[in-house]
Amino acid sequence: MFGTTFLLAIRSILRHKLRSILTALGIIIGVAAVVTMVTLGKATTAAVQQQISALGTNILQIRPGQGFGRGGGGPRPPDFKPADVTAIRDQVAGVTAVAPQAQTTATVIYNGANWSTTVNGTTNGYFEVSPWPLIEGRYWTRAEEQAGKAVCIIGTTIQTNLFRGGSAAGSRIRVNGISCDVIGVLKTKGQAGFGGDQDDVVIMPIKQVQRRFTGSTDIRLMLVGTDPAYDSAQIQSSITDLLRERRNITGGKQDDFNIFDTAQISQTLTGTTTLLTQIVAAVAMISLIVGGIGIMNIMLVSVTERTREIGIRLAIGAVASEVLMQFLVEAVVLSMLGGVIGLLIAQFAVALMSWLGSLPFLFDIQINVIAFAISAIIGVVFGYFPARRAASLNPIDALRHE
Amino acid sequence: MADSDAPLIRLRGIVKTFGEGPTAFQALKGVDLDINAGDFIAVMGPSGSGKSTTMNILGCLDVPTAGAFLFKGVHVEKLERDQRALLRRKYLGFVFQGFNLLARTSALENVELPLLYRGDPKAQRREMAMAALDKVGLKDWWDHTPAELSGGQQQRVAIARAIVTNPDVLLADEPTGNLDSERSVEIMQLLTDLNKTSGITVLMVTHEPDMAAFAHTIVHFKDGLVERIDSNHHAGQAVTG
Ligand SMILES: Nc1ncnc2c1ncn2[C@@H]1O[C@H](COP(=O)(O)OP(=O)(O)O)[C@@H](O)[C@H]1O
Ligand SMILES: [Mg+2]
Repeated sequence: MFGTTFLLAIRSILRHKLRSILTALGIIIGVAAVVTMVTLGKATTAAVQQQISALGTNILQIRPGQGFGRGGGGPRPPDFKPADVTAIRDQVAGVTAVAPQAQTTATVIYNGANWSTTVNGTTNGYFEVSPWPLIEGRYWTRAEEQAGKAVCIIGTTIQTNLFRGGSAAGSRIRVNGISCDVIGVLKTKGQAGFGGDQDDVVIMPIKQVQRRFTGSTDIRLMLVGTDPAYDSAQIQSSITDLLRERRNITGGKQDDFNIFDTAQISQTLTGTTTLLTQIVAAVAMISLIVGGIGIMNIMLVSVTERTREIGIRLAIGAVASEVLMQFLVEAVVLSMLGGVIGLLIAQFAVALMSWLGSLPFLFDIQINVIAFAISAIIGVVFGYFPARRAASLNPIDALRHE
Repeated sequence: MADSDAPLIRLRGIVKTFGEGPTAFQALKGVDLDINAGDFIAVMGPSGSGKSTTMNILGCLDVPTAGAFLFKGVHVEKLERDQRALLRRKYLGFVFQGFNLLARTSALENVELPLLYRGDPKAQRREMAMAALDKVGLKDWWDHTPAELSGGQQQRVAIARAIVTNPDVLLADEPTGNLDSERSVEIMQLLTDLNKTSGITVLMVTHEPDMAAFAHTIVHFKDGLVERIDSNHHAGQAVTG
């Protein structure tokens, strides 16, 4: 009985190619659209989250000035001094490490190859604030740091461009004309989302950078690692009190520095991406509904033709349930076929658009399954119910249907 | 099963009303008719007299509003939908004026379809369908779709489909209505032959006396009732050559 039904269903699909293709097309478009949009939405979210995690968690960034969008005008507030770094590290409870940073851009040269990059002068505290393992070589020693030796640790982008991916530790490169021993290579962190390359960096002891490039001991950025067991707000207020005292800010005068809590930024960004995902899901629902309406149209248009066919089958001795089963199998086969094709198209579209938008390629099993299931249900419902109505008619009424 | 003297088909007081309320229309007003196994009956009468309605009820394609329809002693009017379907499958063959073949489907597959629903294995289906097509003279046309066949050929495929299950009764509602007189005579000869050699009871609606002349009995309908029944002693001697 089922073999017969299946045979009849397949015959019918093959015999009405245009109708079959149009029916499947509705499902193909619905599934492809939903899966593509939701996956890209999730990829964007993932990219943002990657960027957030690149900032590091439990890290405070301290800069001179009143922060974004505030203050302006007046004399530029002074930069921090090396003593501020030690003071924060030693006097504020809950601080695990403090890393001063002095950044500059530089051209690095090795063996005729040159590359333009960012030089980041800091201390070993940098690697304590946000751990970054090495794939080769070592970090610098305390002695090297204090002497401000010309040693550098490079990111894999530099390794790729200057050393063609080969071993770099022990080689000597030139950074803006100053020669520098490569002592380590950092593990690849990858894109920070939207094209930012975290591995395109040379890290050197801050004293070397200050002496050779920036020309002063001023520090424009401090990264402060905090112990998650402590209240971040409490740590921030302790740091504020300490810095106000050290910078002689008294009474009601405003701070001339600002503290950024990356945890707070990531909360904001996470909220934004959640909203983004919700919008994408709404758009996806609309395209699924549009796909469903497409399927419904084809099904309804073919109902007249199919009702007569049902009449013929009943007249020559088919039982209503046999005819219905055939229509159900037809709808299931077409929906599944459309669903699979839609899923395949979606993967290609996602791959292409991720590549164009520098987003990570994602395969989200959940949305694939959901889209497939929903469109299959739509196909089956719209394929089955008109047929059920037709099969409940007297054969002669089905035959006469116009 | 009733006694052996009972006719194959017995209609008693068959009423068929279409629609409800003030627009209701009584197409059959109490039809009484007995049909014996092996009969070859022509049904005649003016348009709208209820011939098709009667045929549809006999073919179990429609149900009477009132009255008794006995087939082999079984009260068909009391059967469920699916039981009527099985009755059609087992004992009845229907030929329509408009052929009603499945489009884009070869003659062979159209003819095979009733066997498929009956659950016959493939080889047997093939063999029986080819034999039926051979009977109607279309053996060489088995792989043609209805669109590739003439009206007369399509009607012969429809007849092959109706007889492939070796039914007891073949019902034909104006089978030659869409055909020219030459094709009509071919179809009539085919029906006569099926009646004679296979012993199939044939019931056929026709407007043309030339066609009715092939039957043994002519039932005249008028205004939803059987008006009179004529015996035709010259059956078979009509139009030949
Ligand atoms: N499905 C229907 N709904 C309403 N009226 C119908 C229907 N079928 C037939 N009739 C009416 O019943 C009467 C008998 O129809 P029918 O049996 O087809 O006549 P015949 O075949 O003798 O020409 C006609 O008046 C026709 O209009
Ligand atoms: Mg009629």
